[in-house]
Amino acid sequence: MYRYDEFDTDFVSARVEQFTDQVRRRLAGDLDEDQFKPLRLMNGVYLQLHAYMLRVAIPYGTLNGAQMRKLAYVARTYDRGYGHFTTRQNIQFNWPRLKDIPAILEELAKVEMHAIQTSGNCIRNVTADHFSGAAADEILDPRPYAEILRQWSSLHPEFSFLPRKFKIAVTGAPHDRAAVQVHDIGLQAKRDANGNVGFAVFVGGGLGRTPMIARKVRDFLPEEELLAYCEAILRVYNRYGRRDNKYKARIKILVHETGVETLKADIEHAFEEIRHGVLRLPQDEIDRITDYFAAPAFAAGADADALDRATAADPALAAFVERNLQPHKAPGYASVTISLKPIGKAPGDATADQMDAVAALAERYGHDEIRVSHEQNLVLPHVRKADVPAVFEGLKDTGLAEANAGLVTDIIACPGMDFCALATARSIPVAQRISERFGTPDRQRDIGDLKIKISGCINACGHHHVGHIGILGVEKKGEEYYQITLGGSGDENSAIGEIIGRGFSYEEVVDAVETLVDTYIGLRDAPDEDFLAAYRRVGDAPFKEALYGTA
Amino acid sequence: MAAQLFRDGAFVADDWHHLGEDDPLPDSGAVILPLGRYLEVVATAPASLGLAVLLRAGDEPDALQPHLSQLGLIAVDFAKFSDGRGYSIARLLRQRHGFDGELRAVGDVLLDQIPLMRRCGFTAFEIVHAPTRRALEAGHDVEVPLYLQPAERAGERPAGARAWARRPAASRI
Ligand code: HEM
Ligand code: SF4
Repeated sequence: MYRYDEFDTDFVSARVEQFTDQVRRRLAGDLDEDQFKPLRLMNGVYLQLHAYMLRVAIPYGTLNGAQMRKLAYVARTYDRGYGHFTTRQNIQFNWPRLKDIPAILEELAKVEMHAIQTSGNCIRNVTADHFSGAAADEILDPRPYAEILRQWSSLHPEFSFLPRKFKIAVTGAPHDRAAVQVHDIGLQAKRDANGNVGFAVFVGGGLGRTPMIARKVRDFLPEEELLAYCEAILRVYNRYGRRDNKYKARIKILVHETGVETLKADIEHAFEEIRHGVLRLPQDEIDRITDYFAAPAFAAGADADALDRATAADPALAAFVERNLQPHKAPGYASVTISLKPIGKAPGDATADQMDAVAALAERYGHDEIRVSHEQNLVLPHVRKADVPAVFEGLKDTGLAEANAGLVTDIIACPGMDFCALATARSIPVAQRISERFGTPDRQRDIGDLKIKISGCINACGHHHVGHIGILGVEKKGEEYYQITLGGSGDENSAIGEIIGRGFSYEEVVDAVETLVDTYIGLRDAPDEDFLAAYRRVGDAPFKEALYGTA
Repeated sequence: MAAQLFRDGAFVADDWHHLGEDDPLPDSGAVILPLGRYLEVVATAPASLGLAVLLRAGDEPDALQPHLSQLGLIAVDFAKFSDGRGYSIARLLRQRHGFDGELRAVGDVLLDQIPLMRRCGFTAFEIVHAPTRRALEAGHDVEVPLYLQPAERAGERPAGARAWARRPAASRI
C-alpha cells in the first residue's frame, strides 16, 4: 500500500499547522464564519446538528492495522467511542470539539492520515473499488491511479473554490463496484489490444436532488494523459459551472444544460493545450507509484479443503462464507466482507473496540490490509481461505459476523434527522426497523441480493436513487414521509430508480417494503432471479398493484 | 477602506486607478478599465494615458489576445472570495496567452487564498480586509510550502524524484 515519503510527511504536517493557525485566527476573530467555513470544510470539519463533525479521508478506502487502531484511539479519546464509515470511503467522527481537532489531525498524521478535502467545494477524496488488487475479475489495480489523482488534486491552487464539490471514482474491473457512473468523473481502467493501460472516462454523474448517470466522453484515454485530461475537465467546470444556485452547481447540470457534445469539445480544446505539458505522466512515475501497491506474497498453504470441512461442520460459518466471501485472484484466497450492519444497528457505525479487533484480524490473517467499501462495510481483501474460520470466530467475538453482505439488511442509510442539520426525516431508525423485520437468516437468504438505500433528505447522501429499493425521507405537513423508488442501480448498468407512487408514513414504510419484497418473491422466475432482475423483467405494475391496489 | 497594494512582500504605492463603466477618461495617468470599456477605448485613448484591464469572473481572457503585447497589468476581480473562476483566468493568461506582466488580484482577497493565487500566477494583491493586511505586514505566512502539482508561479522547483511535485522558489510571500 502507499507509504508516505518525506515530502508527503512534510506536506501533511504543514497542512495541520496551517489549519491550526486558521482555527486560531477564527477564534481571534480575524476570520468570520463565512470566511472560515470553506477552510474548515476543506479540512473535513462540518458543523452538524449537535456538534462539529470531522470527516477523515481513507484514500481509495485502503488502510492498515495501525491506521485502524489510530481511528479507534481517536474515537475513544476525542469522541464517544465510535466512528461512522461513509459511502465515500471516509470515516466520520460525530462529536469532536473544535479545539481538539488540531490535536486529532496531529494524531492522524502520525499514521499517514489526514482530513484534507473530505468536504468543501474542491476535489474530494478519490474512491476506488474496495476489492482493488484482490478481485478475481480485476483487469488492473486502479489504486495507483487513484493515488496519482489524490496527489495532483491535493491543495490544487486552481481548483480549491469550485462551484461545488467534485468527486472522482476509479475502478479496474468490468463489474463496477465503485459506482463510477454516479460521480463527477468516473474512470474505468482497461487495457487495449496491445496491453496498454487507459481509461473509459465518464463525466457528470451525481445523485442529490437531480440524479444523473454520467456520460461517457472518452472510450480509451491513455494513462499518461490522465492528469492533463482531468485538469481540462476541471478547468472547464471551474469556469462554466453554475454558481448562481448551489443546487445547479454540480458538473452534471453543466453537462445537462450545455449538452455533452459541446462540453466534450470544450474539454478536448482545453486538453489539447496542456496535453503535452508537464502533466503528462512519465512511465517511471506510474511504475514507482504502482510498486507501492504490489500484491503481498500470497501463499495458500497445503490444506486446500480446510474451509470446506469447516463449513460442512458449521452452518453459521457456511452462511457467512456464502454471503461474505468474494472470489480472489490468488488461488486459496478470498476477500472477506465485514458487515457493519448487524441486525438492528446503525449502518456503518463501528465502536473503538470493533476497530481494534478488525485491525488485529487484518494483521494476523489479512496481510495487514483493510478496506472501507462504499456500501459502508469493511473488507479484509486478502485472507487465506483456510483462515476464514478463525476470522469468522474473531468477528463473532466482536459482534461483526453478520452474514448479510448484499442482502436486504445490508442497508445504506445516511445520518438523517439523528445527526444532520439538513434532514427532513429520520433514516437510521428506518434502516434499523427494516433490518429487524427481515433479520432472520433464512428469510434474508431466501430474499437474496437486494440493495436498500435510505436518505433523510433530497441531498441523497444515502444513495437512494441507486437502491434497488430506494427510500427518501421528506417532510409533509410536519410529518415524516417516505417516498419509495424502485429499480435503481449503481454498477456498470447504472440506473436511477423510479418513484413508485405516493409516499408512506414512518409507521407504514416498513410494511410497504415488506409488501414489495413479498411481491417480488411471488413473481420471481426462480430463486436466483434477484429483485432487480425481476423488476427489470416485469416493470412496476405488479408492485404498484400490491402497494396501492391499482395497476 | 481603500485597498492597498501588496507586491513582492511589501505594501507599495499604487499609481493605478480603477475606473467604472461611466467614469470620464482622463488624459494622463494610469487607469484600470473593465474589459468592455477597455476594448472600446483602447484604439482611441490618448497615448499619455496608461491603460490596464480588469477581468471579472465571467469574462473571457481570450478577448485580450490582440492587446496583450501592450498590456503591462491585468487585474482579475474576485467579487466573492468563494468564486474561484479567477484562478483559472490567471492560469489561462499565463499558460495559453503567455502573459508575463503584472497579474493583480482585486476584490475579496483574503490571507488564506493568497498562496493559491500566487501559484496561479498572480503577482500583486489589492487588500481591503484589515486582518489580512495586518497579517501580511507581520509577515505571517499561511502557506503549505510543498506543492503536489505544477502551476504558474515563477521559480517553483521540482521536488526530488516526483514528476509533478514542486517546492516554492527561495523567497516566500
Ligand atoms: C450530517 C452531515 C452531512 C451533511 C450536512 C451532508 C450534506 C450533503 C449535501 C448538501 C449534499 C448534496 C450535495 C450536492 O448535491 O451538491 C450531499 C450529498 C452527498 N453526501 Fe452528504 N451530508 C452529510 C453526511 C453524509 C454522510 C454520512 C455520507 C455517507 C454516508 C454522505 C455522502 C454523500 C453522498 C454520497 C452524496 C451524494 C453526492 C452526489 O450527488 O454525487 N454525506 N451531502
Ligand atoms: S441525505 Fe440529507 S439528511 Fe441525509 S445526511 Fe445527507 S443532507 Fe443529511
